Amino acid sequence: MPRMTMIEAIRSAMDVAMGRDDDVVVFGEDVGYFGGVFRCTQGLQQKYGRSRCFDAPISELGIVGAAIGMAAYGLKPCVEVQFADYVYPAYDQIVSEAARLRYRSNGEFTCPIVVRMPTGGGIFGGQTHSQSPEALFTHVSGLKVVVPSNPLDAKGLLIASIEDPDPVIFLEPKRLYNGPFDGHHDRPVTAWSKHELGEVPEGHYTTPLGKAEIRRAGSAVTVLAYGTMVYVAQAAAEETGIDAEIIDLRTLLPLDLETIIASVKKTGRCVVVHEATLTSGFGAELAALVQEHCFYHLEAPVARVTGWDTPYPHAQEWDYFPGPKRVGEALIETMGA
Amino acid sequence: MTDNPSPLKFHVPEPEVRPGGTPDFSNVPIPKAGSVARPEVDVDPRNIRDLAYSIIRVLNREGDAVGPWAGTLSDEEQLEGLRHMMTLRTFDARMQMAQRQGKTSFYMQHMGEEAVSCAFRKALIQGDMNFPTYRQAGLLIAGGYPMVEMMNQIYSNERDPLKGRQLPVMYASKEHGFFSISGNLTTQYIQAVGWAMASAIKGDTKIAVGWVGDGATAESDFHAALVFASTYKAPVVLNIVNNQWAISTFQGIARGGSGTFAARGLGFGIAALRVDGNDYLAVHAVAKWATERARRNLGPTLVEYVTYRVGAHSTSDDPSAYRPKTESDAWPLGDPVIRLKNHLIKRGLWSDERHKQAEAEILETVIAAQKEAESHGTLHAGGKPSTRDMFEGVYAEMPPHLRRQRQKAGV
Repeated sequence: MPRMTMIEAIRSAMDVAMGRDDDVVVFGEDVGYFGGVFRCTQGLQQKYGRSRCFDAPISELGIVGAAIGMAAYGLKPCVEVQFADYVYPAYDQIVSEAARLRYRSNGEFTCPIVVRMPTGGGIFGGQTHSQSPEALFTHVSGLKVVVPSNPLDAKGLLIASIEDPDPVIFLEPKRLYNGPFDGHHDRPVTAWSKHELGEVPEGHYTTPLGKAEIRRAGSAVTVLAYGTMVYVAQAAAEETGIDAEIIDLRTLLPLDLETIIASVKKTGRCVVVHEATLTSGFGAELAALVQEHCFYHLEAPVARVTGWDTPYPHAQEWDYFPGPKRVGEALIETMGA
Repeated sequence: MTDNPSPLKFHVPEPEVRPGGTPDFSNVPIPKAGSVARPEVDVDPRNIRDLAYSIIRVLNREGDAVGPWAGTLSDEEQLEGLRHMMTLRTFDARMQMAQRQGKTSFYMQHMGEEAVSCAFRKALIQGDMNFPTYRQAGLLIAGGYPMVEMMNQIYSNERDPLKGRQLPVMYASKEHGFFSISGNLTTQYIQAVGWAMASAIKGDTKIAVGWVGDGATAESDFHAALVFASTYKAPVVLNIVNNQWAISTFQGIARGGSGTFAARGLGFGIAALRVDGNDYLAVHAVAKWATERARRNLGPTLVEYVTYRVGAHSTSDDPSAYRPKTESDAWPLGDPVIRLKNHLIKRGLWSDERHKQAEAEILETVIAAQKEAESHGTLHAGGKPSTRDMFEGVYAEMPPHLRRQRQKAGV
């Protein structure tokens, strides 16, 4: 089995999808000749030609708006927004157009697009290269929202997203591109080549949207996490010695509520972890769902560990980032309650 | 450097006249019909920059079709065009009245602008795709879309093709080349360019058409659409219907210091034309020219239709609050129906009697369609889409959370 970084896995997903279906096109800023600032589309233009993979003007609304028109024609565009922090000019196109096209036209027109974007911090990117805007998309009916945490899932989820008949927001935790990151920024980085989830099949396979994965089975407390926070939670569990069950949500919308409910009913405790800001974050939705469905099984309040409600800072990155220490403290507090 | 800088002045454009004043369009230069040259379609856009500042006109004040843009339609086609415009006007009158009678929540009429969408449609062929705004129903009328279906949508009744999910007049029909109207402005301009890019990527022969009003050209989507159309030489026609008013805001607020809306295309190297939007023959001639450019891989064309919104913006608007009541009478380009009618009469192809007879026939047809539509319900009476329909179609397959919510709603 070949080993791939998350970048290589994402590239492989687009390669496989483009190879199987002529209607798949890939474009975005710096995506064509150069292959993307994170190299996710490297070689695709050379392999599939300029009409299937090309550079776009610096206009996120233009990129997404054009993709919607292409999808209405019958193509399956998979476009890149260079950083999730830059997606806001395209927000109207995503929210008012892509998400509603099927509904408002009663299926006359549909919008099978994928909008890929690197998300999250941990790279000293400051407020314009670090944000995690997933909750702005999970609040929108008609969208699907995917956040992979490893190369194997990233490829399977991206192929599934490209093949999906509806618009998918595909958030790629950029701190995971080259290796799993557990929040210990002062330690050497592990490479995907040394991780079992870096083993990725060459060919076509899909990882179904809407299905979570239990990354660490446990009995004491359920941790709901996605993206980079999956590894932070794992580190926190090891370091505190608390037998946490860590669920990697993988898809936020639609959500695998069954897996969440089964786990929380078993453990009786729940800690929600995300890198995005606290207030109205996706964690609020998770906490509400857990209390709605598991209230009588809960032995402690549902805790949330998140980024602070400030813009993402530069120099104070590691004071902002919800690392293993803060997650560990929440685990201890939840167990003690 | 000056030691005593003078205070800066803030500028807010104002229309020439407000309510109570005498309408005055003497500041709108109207070139003589037939006076604007017709370049070959493969002309370099840089060589026709003057066309962005003039107005292409075919029908003159005497009712003659003159100049190099005349002659794109047969007699039968012109008679058909008149009928389409009359049908749209009658359709509007009936639906406007239906809204006043409480049969629907909202309506938007075309009064004064009928030529633009009706004539443009005749330059398109099956498979082409329009990305319209809410004032281009002539694309459907002239394209043979059943009026009953339009009314079913307006009434949100049990036969509404959109299942009651969309505001009245936000039609959608793939078969009739009519993309789903959003209701948000200008979002579809860039989508039209994307659709056209897709057609070119696939080596297809179909073209796309984007539509926007004068006011909505101020949205950044407009700018993005022009960049993408220019960069990828997309087979698209980008239409700007300049009807002078964006609800209460006169066109000068969106136009700013640019001489015309068409001139916006010049900086992008896009062929840009202005046309008399109340002249059915001129609209068709320009539409033919622009669509041919697109079909021959010569790139995008930006067209500004100079017209006037005679009616209110919508049934929720009262224009007497912001413009003189008689302003439409003073509009120098006249009425599109009357102009084509007079032309056809002058040529002996039509008469006042036949016109009256046609009006009666059309009214009868529209009323018959209305009766049929109303037999399937109106907004607050009779058959309507189900609550279950509300939950359907958000996704291709209903996800679990929506299924739970539908169960909770008891449907």
